[in-house]
Amino acid sequence: MSKVIGELENLQLEVRDLDVHYDGIRALHGVSFTVLKGEIVTLIGANGAGKTSILRAISGLTPYTGSIVFEGRDLQRVPAHQIVGMGIAHVPEGRGIFGNLTVQENLRLATWQRRDKEEIEIDYDRVFTIFPRLMERRDQPSGTLSGGEQQMLAVGRALMSRGRLLLLDEPSMGLAPRLVREIFRVIQDINQSGVTVLLVEQNANMALHIASRAYVLETGAVILSGAGRELLGDPRVKEAYLGA
Amino acid sequence: MSDGIVYWLQQILNALQLGSIYALIALGYTMVYGILTMINFAHGDVFMIGAFFCFMAATMLGLPFAPTLLLTILGTALLGVVIERLAYKPLRNAPRVSAIITALGVGLFLENFTLALAPYPKHIPPLLENVTWDLGGVSLSSLQVIIICLSLGLMIVLDYVVHRTPVGMAMRAISWDKTFVPLMGIPVNLIISITFAIGAGLAGAAGTMYALAYPVIDPYMGIMVGWKAFISAVVGGIGNIRGAMIGAFILGGVEIMVTAFFPSTYRDFVAFSLLMLLIMIRPYGILGQPRTQKV
Repeated sequence: MSKVIGELENLQLEVRDLDVHYDGIRALHGVSFTVLKGEIVTLIGANGAGKTSILRAISGLTPYTGSIVFEGRDLQRVPAHQIVGMGIAHVPEGRGIFGNLTVQENLRLATWQRRDKEEIEIDYDRVFTIFPRLMERRDQPSGTLSGGEQQMLAVGRALMSRGRLLLLDEPSMGLAPRLVREIFRVIQDINQSGVTVLLVEQNANMALHIASRAYVLETGAVILSGAGRELLGDPRVKEAYLGA
Repeated sequence: MSDGIVYWLQQILNALQLGSIYALIALGYTMVYGILTMINFAHGDVFMIGAFFCFMAATMLGLPFAPTLLLTILGTALLGVVIERLAYKPLRNAPRVSAIITALGVGLFLENFTLALAPYPKHIPPLLENVTWDLGGVSLSSLQVIIICLSLGLMIVLDYVVHRTPVGMAMRAISWDKTFVPLMGIPVNLIISITFAIGAGLAGAAGTMYALAYPVIDPYMGIMVGWKAFISAVVGGIGNIRGAMIGAFILGGVEIMVTAFFPSTYRDFVAFSLLMLLIMIRPYGILGQPRTQKV
């Protein structure tokens, strides 16, 4: 009994019976999962399994049926731009960098709803400490950054909104292996600092290594779930996603 | 001063006056295009409505210049917001051609609505005491000074807003790609409304000044001026704020220079031919650039 109550208190995000349609095509059907405070939860699956749709629904970018509850509040009727203010930061697929704005402006954009000027300055310093490259390029148009630097900017920008839950959509996409390892190390650091992480990845190997728990998606539904390490050893996961 | 120099200084002054009015209108075209990639073909008619607001404020309310200008700017700004909310917003995800046809429809509506209420041309009373100075043969009127200074002032303010304020930053972000702008906590609809308000307000200011410079107004006055402002925006590089201003002063300059050399009926023919040539050489306009996006 006490364990159940403990879990309820720690429950940060609860997704239940999530359905998403695009132009009449069902992208998600009946997806349910939970994320507890302080966890790294990963959603893995092939291209088109519906991972991105889940994150877009949580952020309010895509209409859905079913329920998404964040820290006890139902997000169904909350407009997308207010969800950030509630504590959810989203690094979208393809990074979503505004290439015509400078690095600094991209970071500043994410503080739109914040009024705590001194704290914002502290967060700039924090981002520039984590990613010194961004400091060097702060006045450059972000469209001139390399792919890896843009990914750093996207993560840095998400930190500027001070979300308690960080949604990451394919942070390793298009990056060299060395940069992938660096990004994953940063994700772990951010998690250590108290931010919950919901990570969508095609690089299942890396994701399962850092995740507390994982859900495996196939054609819009959860087919398997468990602890990250556990799934690394699961023969079905091995065969389908780890290329073993 | 020699007659030649006096003549050319006079022409430059005239070009500046015409160019500033084109520029104020061109900014509205370029801002809306920048943020929605849509040509707001009703914009020239918002300029016309501005001239009529000026007329109403000056005659019915009997207001002097400054409050007339302010009221006209506020009135057209509100009109711009209403047009976007009622006519364009429902079509935001529709094919581009639907939005363009709707804009043409809104323009026709504004023209004919005004025609129904004001079937005959209206005369604007002189709101400003017009003083003309003679500077070594070049005549400079107080109206010209006001038009040029006020326009330049508004352009400087706008440039500051777009490049130095959070709202301007949000506008530029939306112009890049509005998909992920809500993830920054930015209300996209509010920023689009602000953009329409600013663009239409500037057209209202242009309408007021145009009405003072050419004091007979009619419901169709916005068509040709609107086309010219639109072409200015394209020549400057549509979507680019500074480009729109440059394009407008080029068009104003070309028009005045053409009338200096050719019969005045040649003006638009020669001016537009030159602009077409410029577009052929620089298809994206003077400051426009084809966008390259990293995936």
